[in-house]
Amino acid sequence: MERELACYEQPQAACIEALKIVQRRHGWVPDGAIPVIARVLGVGAADVEGVATFYSLIFRQPVGRHVILVCDSSSCLLTGFEALRDALSGALGIGFGQTTADGRFTLLPICCLGACDGGPALMIDEDTLGPVAPEEVGELLEGYP
Amino acid sequence: MTATRYHSRLHQTARERHADTHPLTWRLHEDGTRVDLEDYTAKDGYAAVRQVLGRQSPEDVIETMKSANLRGRGGGGFSAGVKWSLTLKGEDLPRGYLVCNADEMEPGTFKDRVLLEQLPHLLIEGMILAAYANDSAFGYIFLRVEYVTAARALTRALEEARAAGWLGDDIAGSGFDFDIVLHTGAGRYICGEETALLNSLEGRRANPRTKPPFPGQSGAWGKPTVVNNVETLCNVPAALRHGAEWYQGLSGNLSDDGGTKLYGMSGRVARPGLWELPIGTRGESLFELAGGMRDGLRLKAWQPGGSSTGFLMPEHLDLALDYDTIGEAGSRLGTGLMTVVAEGQSLVTLVRNMEGFFARESCGWCTPCRDGLPWVEKLLRALEVGEGKPGDIELLQELASGLGPSKTFCAHAPGASMPLVSAIQYFRDEFEAGIARPDGA
Repeated sequence: MERELACYEQPQAACIEALKIVQRRHGWVPDGAIPVIARVLGVGAADVEGVATFYSLIFRQPVGRHVILVCDSSSCLLTGFEALRDALSGALGIGFGQTTADGRFTLLPICCLGACDGGPALMIDEDTLGPVAPEEVGELLEGYP
Repeated sequence: MTATRYHSRLHQTARERHADTHPLTWRLHEDGTRVDLEDYTAKDGYAAVRQVLGRQSPEDVIETMKSANLRGRGGGGFSAGVKWSLTLKGEDLPRGYLVCNADEMEPGTFKDRVLLEQLPHLLIEGMILAAYANDSAFGYIFLRVEYVTAARALTRALEEARAAGWLGDDIAGSGFDFDIVLHTGAGRYICGEETALLNSLEGRRANPRTKPPFPGQSGAWGKPTVVNNVETLCNVPAALRHGAEWYQGLSGNLSDDGGTKLYGMSGRVARPGLWELPIGTRGESLFELAGGMRDGLRLKAWQPGGSSTGFLMPEHLDLALDYDTIGEAGSRLGTGLMTVVAEGQSLVTLVRNMEGFFARESCGWCTPCRDGLPWVEKLLRALEVGEGKPGDIELLQELASGLGPSKTFCAHAPGASMPLVSAIQYFRDEFEAGIARPDGA
């Protein structure tokens, strides 16, 4: 955290990184973390909450061990996003914004992943994959126990 | 059968790329691995820094960039040299910041990724030169967090550059001090808008700021700030190494704009991908490189450079892909990576998807954008399933005009209105087909 603070003119700039540090440890950002971050940075808790709820990749509720981000932007729509989404939903038994009962996967849509020549594309944790055919979904998910 | 890991790559082979014709990509390895410091310096890397720092005045550098006519590759197309000349600098002013916009998120765009992952030293060299011209004390690379490979490549490259004295105090014995920090985001398309990006960098919600003041007057923490796209900055070393005339000559008689451009194509084409070509290359040439449509499909429409650019028709493929020509045709070059729609793919569905994207990604600051875009999406959803009402198309057009330029703080809503307006212009019958007939048939 101190290394982060040294990079910016004002401590508030480390707010997003602070939230990401908490998330790396817990998988998400629990309520109790907000006032702690606010105190360290010397800003209001409402400001930290405002930031935490603005950014789509800061999670304010628990997520699965693996987060699947499925690109739902134009190029992937044109190359088969809908069939891929349906295959994922079918295999996992959940829709966007939900987590499997065993806590293994959370399924989320994401803006264009910048992998349009490999569409339809998705990310699982830190892996970017594409093109992904609907029939490949079952085997793909097995790689993330 | 296993899904393939995505690898960013250029279609052109090493044999097709040369230092005098492909200044952005000639150093790329065939296997897509990162060009490290040793390899980069062996291929004329950091030569422009050595040639310029302490030997040319910042004013001369800016003059060269203005004559080179390098136009902003993030999508705005504003002259980089002019932007730099408008950035406040002087002995009585605090030294400002240089921010590289590496928040590539425009739908259909995958060009900065290859430079970030495979040629991070080219970006660093461009940033050193831009910082020298603008007297920036410090640089930030604002990278979208999903670009994991790019983050690793940049971290390594920044360490290498620092260890070799290309970053830090007294760079190459010139007396110029400059360093760069890698800053990763946490999602949200709006962060790519330069003033929203600055708010995000400062640890705030990414709402855009009103302009003026422009970032060059008052940017990060109120200091003069230059915000340039990755590809723009990667053009700088060659332009300064070889001069404005050489750089301008890269596009020959194809365009008044200077240099080369990373062009690309996605959608149901035979060979989707990326190519470095002279700016002003005709759409048809790019379409041919991509092998035309796949599986016997026929081209229906295309967008020149992202979801915030208007649709064009097959007959527009003979246009030069440069900022003015595409602008005169009623669209925008945008990022220059074409999204291609095939016959049989519904424009109503595609535009509904895009407006849903813009509605979700609106930061919520301005009312027309926050409330107008979900309304547009709702109307399109109804038309998509044949439940539209008479007057819906006119209502969509009215909403689009309320979302147009100067109605909101930033370009998000005007960008959202472009595909909507152009899709209705060219494919009105598809929208009309979505209006339910009064007899319920």
